[in-house]
Amino acid sequence: MEPIILTFDVNGDDFSVAGEASSAVKKHLKQLGFPPDLIRRVAIAMYEGEINMVIHADGGVATAEINETGVKITLADRGPGIKDVNLAMQEGYSTAPEEVRNLGFGAGMGLPNIKKYSDDLKIETELGVGTTLTIQINM
Amino acid sequence: MTVHELAAACGFEYYNGKDLDAREVGGAYCCDLLSWVIGRAEEDAALVTVMSNPNVMAVAVMADLPCVILSEGVRPDTLALEKAVQNEIIVLSSQEPTYETALKIHQALESKK
Ligand SMILES: Nc1ncnc2c1ncn2[C@@H]1O[C@H](COP(=O)(O)OP(=O)(O)O)[C@@H](O)[C@H]1O
Ligand SMILES: [Mg+2]
Repeated sequence: MEPIILTFDVNGDDFSVAGEASSAVKKHLKQLGFPPDLIRRVAIAMYEGEINMVIHADGGVATAEINETGVKITLADRGPGIKDVNLAMQEGYSTAPEEVRNLGFGAGMGLPNIKKYSDDLKIETELGVGTTLTIQINM
Repeated sequence: MTVHELAAACGFEYYNGKDLDAREVGGAYCCDLLSWVIGRAEEDAALVTVMSNPNVMAVAVMADLPCVILSEGVRPDTLALEKAVQNEIIVLSSQEPTYETALKIHQALESKK
């Protein structure tokens, strides 16, 4: 199959509607007849990444590259960057504001969830410049 | 047991999805922290929560959960309900707290075995 590349602007303004990019990718994979287990892993990992871009970085650009071996998700933002990636990867570590916690997020499980559901996770980040997550999920 | 059979057995009301095809329910996952839900809930788990915002519906979609059950008589907010309709998520209401709701689900599932 020809690789399919889907690109989305992720709006940083509205946390409550976040997830549009992940939803669209999920639908696409379903139409392409990908296995439910792979679709679920992609949807979960991408949604957590998308939510992070909205909560922590005022939005960004999400890309999904689909081919027969799996899906590569890239989430790039121009937010504040992550100071200590090892700390951020720990379950329970979160700098999310109170209003985000009140909505049920900010439990510090997002990055660990992405790691759990992906085959490879790469985090490139620079303070004051931004963060790019590259997530590979294989068949 | 399907979501509809579960709703009937436990006396849960519908906010959405009375006419939707129902999936099988194998258990429940009770939590209000959405990253816990998305990371830990099994695919056949009914989500029992008091969270009623649109993100709950997004999580149900991403994690492929068969239904959302709002405990304590909590009502979904308008946007959440819209999202549930759009994404064909069955949303049920339980008047009881989360623990009692989960117990009812357990009893219903056991009686069907
Ligand atoms: N895109 C990002 N830009 C800046 N900081 C981030 C980003 N993603 C994650 N972080 C930092 O890493 C922490 C842990 O992220 P995560 O595990 O998703 O938990 P949560 O989002 O619940 O806080 C966040 O609280 C935040 O400090
Ligand atoms: Mg997060």
